[in-house]
Amino acid sequence: MDALKLACISGLAALSAWTAAAAQDGYGLGTPATPEQIAGWHIDVLPDGDGLPPGSGTVMQGRKLYQSTCQACHGAKLEGGIGPALMGGQGSLATEKPLKTVGSYWPYATTLYDYIRRSMPFQSPQSLSNDQVYQVTAYILHMNGLLDENATLDAKSLVKVKMPNRDGFYVDDRPDAKNTRCMTDCLKKGADSTGAK
Amino acid sequence: MTNRRGVVAPPAPENNQVSRLQDAPAADRRQFLARGGAIAGALATMGLADRGMAQDAPAAAETSSLPPNVPQWSRQLGEPTAKPYGMPSKFETRAIRNLYPGLTEPMSAYSTTPLQELDGIITPNGLFYERHHAGVPQVDPAQHRLMIHGLVKKPLIFTVDELRQFPSESHIYFMECSGNPSFLPPYGKTAAEVAGLVSCAEWTGVPLKTVLREVGVDPAATWIIAEGADGASMTRSIPMEKCLDDVLLAYSQNGERLRPEQGYPLRLFVPGYEGNTHIKWLRRLHVTSQPGYTREETAKYTDLMADGRARKFSFIMECKSLITSPSGTHKLARKGMHEMRGIAWSGRGRITHVDVSVDGGDTWTPAQLQQPVLSKALTAFRAPFEWTGREMVLMSRAVDETGYVQPTIEQLIAARGKVSFYHNNAIQPWKVNANGEVTNGRA
Repeated sequence: MDALKLACISGLAALSAWTAAAAQDGYGLGTPATPEQIAGWHIDVLPDGDGLPPGSGTVMQGRKLYQSTCQACHGAKLEGGIGPALMGGQGSLATEKPLKTVGSYWPYATTLYDYIRRSMPFQSPQSLSNDQVYQVTAYILHMNGLLDENATLDAKSLVKVKMPNRDGFYVDDRPDAKNTRCMTDCLKKGADSTGAK
Repeated sequence: MTNRRGVVAPPAPENNQVSRLQDAPAADRRQFLARGGAIAGALATMGLADRGMAQDAPAAAETSSLPPNVPQWSRQLGEPTAKPYGMPSKFETRAIRNLYPGLTEPMSAYSTTPLQELDGIITPNGLFYERHHAGVPQVDPAQHRLMIHGLVKKPLIFTVDELRQFPSESHIYFMECSGNPSFLPPYGKTAAEVAGLVSCAEWTGVPLKTVLREVGVDPAATWIIAEGADGASMTRSIPMEKCLDDVLLAYSQNGERLRPEQGYPLRLFVPGYEGNTHIKWLRRLHVTSQPGYTREETAKYTDLMADGRARKFSFIMECKSLITSPSGTHKLARKGMHEMRGIAWSGRGRITHVDVSVDGGDTWTPAQLQQPVLSKALTAFRAPFEWTGREMVLMSRAVDETGYVQPTIEQLIAARGKVSFYHNNAIQPWKVNANGEVTNGRA
């Protein structure tokens, strides 16, 4: 019995020593990620322009690319189809039929670059070159009245595009709806469940 | 191998599932026809009678296995042992996932858990709700890596095997889609159509904070941008405070490795947060000092208020409950005592009370909570009720440990307007008519 106890105690001591060692030095798992490996996978573009690659594209190039690659889902006039509408809806957000598009809703132009590069075209994501992503981003911004027809878009100019709904968001402030735990005559009290008042 | 109908049963589970689905209508039709002669006159809608709660009349023509006869399956050998992967009985044709009503394109789509067919708090893995943004990738675990980089001392790449070597934890947690359901019609018929984008499982993995210690997070880091390896490279930003709390890098679900639909071989699990933050096929964690403002957290999963402004980073799935039995398309087949059963959950912690009403919300009585009652997990509840043959409206209302009381739809609309789309946790009414048929009280 004592031997067993002793074995348990020394086992525990060894375990806590191991835990302490792990906390200091880690478990030694994983392989260092090289800059090349990170560059191959890291495609995040942040609102301050961090992550935008070199390269550029014009609105005119983007129009052509849009017509061959995007139009089938998003419509000839960016009005939407299988995919969502990419323009219009300005002034609709406070109505009962809001149209949330790049122009009416998206707060950051960088998100457009990030999303097209990672997820579009729907059937063949990550198939566009960085220049092509600049092109089609430029075209969509132009169609939303946010970029001149003759503009060339690059990392520097993309960050400068201020989206109309840039300040339209605020951090979640729930809980908002406040119900009470009424148990009897709740409909008369109008405070509960069906919300009848 | 052939079954009693002489149909060759395919060996692969996936194929077997298809076979069950194809068999289902034929089996239902036979039962329907057999039963029809006896009770059709009494029932307006046979589809509803088929879902009878208490008194499914045995098929008149099929009595050969009923007393005093010895059942056919007691007089012969059954099927051989050790099917590679067991499947539900072929008679269980209704416990299936369906595409959400109205969806036609299955790649960026969602399917519902058949809540009205399930008991308890654990969702079987094959029935766990789905939401994919670019289909379900078939990821080879040997070729899968998790990269952690950004504001860290040592950017590292982990294999799935390496992640499994860290100290592991298992927790039972619910997961719910933020749009479960939207505020807009059409309102669903069944419990699955009304709120089937919620499921619950035991998740096993390594706490994210353990792995973050391994890479050494810079004190300036405040967010982690998580990315999946699917065709959407689905991306969400998670606050560092949450990452250092209870977030898991999960590799198993209900004891077995994740299903491909749930992110095999690795997913982020973010307890209590909306489902789309639980990035599946997790391949990269970018430690940053700002959120990514990705498309999913700007254009998509933000909540538009009546004044035209929108809530961002609306992560928490608030306290909610749902009666799953009886629920829409069920039928009370007799007058007298019945038991209503349901589930409740809160992204803020434990459920403390569920109250139920049979009079449309005028009077409420506490339901019994089934143990275990766990934080951020489904909690099962039950309550007896009597049906006298009159019309009734059944409701449930949950309260969580923060004191938050599940609201009414009117209270939510008063606070948010009608177009916020996400985070509808309103009390759900089910109407029982004079024939015992149960329908959505909101429709």
